[in-house]
Amino acid sequence: MSVSLSAHLPAIQVVLPLISAPLCVLFRRNGASWLIALIVSWLSLGISILLLEQVIANGPISYLLGSWAAPWGIEYKVDMLSAFVMLIVTSVGSISMIFAPNSVNSEIPGDRIYLFYTMYLLTFAGLLGITITGDAFNLFVFLEISSLSSYVLISLGAERNALTAAFRYLILGTVGATFYIIGVGLMYQMTGTLNMTDLAMRLPAVAETRTILVALGFVTVGIGLKLGLFPVHVWLPNAYAYAPSVVTAFLAATATKVAVYTLLRIYFTVFGTKIFAALPIDEFLLILSLIAIVSMSAVAIFQNNVKRLLAYSSVAQVGYMIIGISMVSVTGLTATILHLFNHAMIKGALFLVLAAVFFRIKSVKIEHMAGLGKVMPYSMAAFVLAGFSLIGVPLTVGFVSKWYLILGALEKGWWPVAGLVLISSLLAVIYFWKVIEAIYFKTRPQDAAIIHEVPITMLVPMWLLVGANIYFGINTELSVGAASAAAKMLIGGAP
Amino acid sequence: MELPVEIPGLLNYWIVIVLMMAGFYVVISQGNLVKKMVGLSVFQVAVFVLYITMSKIDGGAAPILDDAIKQYSNPLPHVLILTAIVVGVATTALGLALIVRIRDAYGTIEEDEIIELERNDD
Repeated sequence: MSVSLSAHLPAIQVVLPLISAPLCVLFRRNGASWLIALIVSWLSLGISILLLEQVIANGPISYLLGSWAAPWGIEYKVDMLSAFVMLIVTSVGSISMIFAPNSVNSEIPGDRIYLFYTMYLLTFAGLLGITITGDAFNLFVFLEISSLSSYVLISLGAERNALTAAFRYLILGTVGATFYIIGVGLMYQMTGTLNMTDLAMRLPAVAETRTILVALGFVTVGIGLKLGLFPVHVWLPNAYAYAPSVVTAFLAATATKVAVYTLLRIYFTVFGTKIFAALPIDEFLLILSLIAIVSMSAVAIFQNNVKRLLAYSSVAQVGYMIIGISMVSVTGLTATILHLFNHAMIKGALFLVLAAVFFRIKSVKIEHMAGLGKVMPYSMAAFVLAGFSLIGVPLTVGFVSKWYLILGALEKGWWPVAGLVLISSLLAVIYFWKVIEAIYFKTRPQDAAIIHEVPITMLVPMWLLVGANIYFGINTELSVGAASAAAKMLIGGAP
Repeated sequence: MELPVEIPGLLNYWIVIVLMMAGFYVVISQGNLVKKMVGLSVFQVAVFVLYITMSKIDGGAAPILDDAIKQYSNPLPHVLILTAIVVGVATTALGLALIVRIRDAYGTIEEDEIIELERNDD
């Protein structure tokens, strides 16, 4: 039994959250739904670890759904990269589910809470599906499962702006997904296959044709819309600012990461590095992301709402990941994949702290956060440490990924790029300092309500993420090892 | 079936391009949220037509195992598009549901008026 079960882990990973989502609707009980979401998240984390172990021990896993042979049936494929990204998604999911109940109960009306957990599970299933599937069209289906449910999650925000933010995201997200299927359709037209491994074998013969280059363009723009690539990031700041706090923490740490994963998959597994010679899309991405890291960090400085400030910072951080992709080198991709992991830990921790702040003072505006350092010492200490990591202070994960990024830039002789990364980090110091100044160096107004530190169920999750920031900043063996193995696999060609 | 005039082979693709750009233009240019959804649907339908066109061959029948059928169209894109249609319906339903909630909250579904109201909120 155990042998057959472990052989079916790739399918269980997706099916488990997918079938538990309707269960929440059937129960219609808030507590039961939370328990289901919590258990499923932790089970998925367990499965991710098992899958990662299997991949490290035996190499990539290929799972044939319904036992239909690969190019015809849908294949699930777990390799180093997908196992690593799945680990990111499931660990952030599990940690934010411990955190969720207090925050969700205070922000979402009681009769909608079970729907929140339903939508969370669907998003979770969609994100896991994207990382695990080896079929280009199947990826689209999962992309839409995760996107549609995240529009609903965002619209659950308390302010009415949440509705318009969700609607704008819906319009742009749908345009992005449709661009993606146009690209996949054009690839299918030229090769007659949708399986990624099969595509990788058939594409080189037709790689120079205009149809394939157009397909590459469509796919790039489509996924760019989903990952908040500058300049098509316009939906992101409002969506993050007005979504319920837990949703922001979960989506900021997972959704854009999975979109970056998709880009890596399409570029390096499906098209292969040679495509960049036919269409210089790497240079195009480099220029856009350089603008992103400087301009978005600068825009973040002028934000008053800390959630929106961090949202702009996320667009800049996505820029770092794309710079790594545009290097098309093992070091560059290592930096990208590392930053996927590191940024998930950083932004997950920061947004969880903001959720705790919102739980206590019902606002995340800078002026309302004045003097919080005294009344919420543990939360604010977590914020500072995660912020150091965001800036890239040594001994934190943020430093490790920036180190590899600059290493990659120097390897290529791109001095200006390394310089711009440093300038963007300095801008991060400025916007982060604005928040620190309010928290520690301003006093709380006399008439402010008396508040206390948040409950332990909120502190533990945020400190788990902060602990990860420090731990993986010092002991880089696991994260750097997995990232560089994945990068070598991507550059080396088909897995 | 014999058609009285010959249809150029790429006509469908031209229709796809026209529909796609028309839909996309409506999404960008219209301020009314419902009209935006209409544009989005047209845009998606254009992609459905693209997929179906590429799978159809002249004189191709349905893919049924029968001695009389020598040539058949590729059924896979049709199946893919069935899935995409379901996704499109879900998107439209969710978009319209959001518009209903936006109307309740703002009293309007015109984008410029909503932006004006949001500016007053801050």
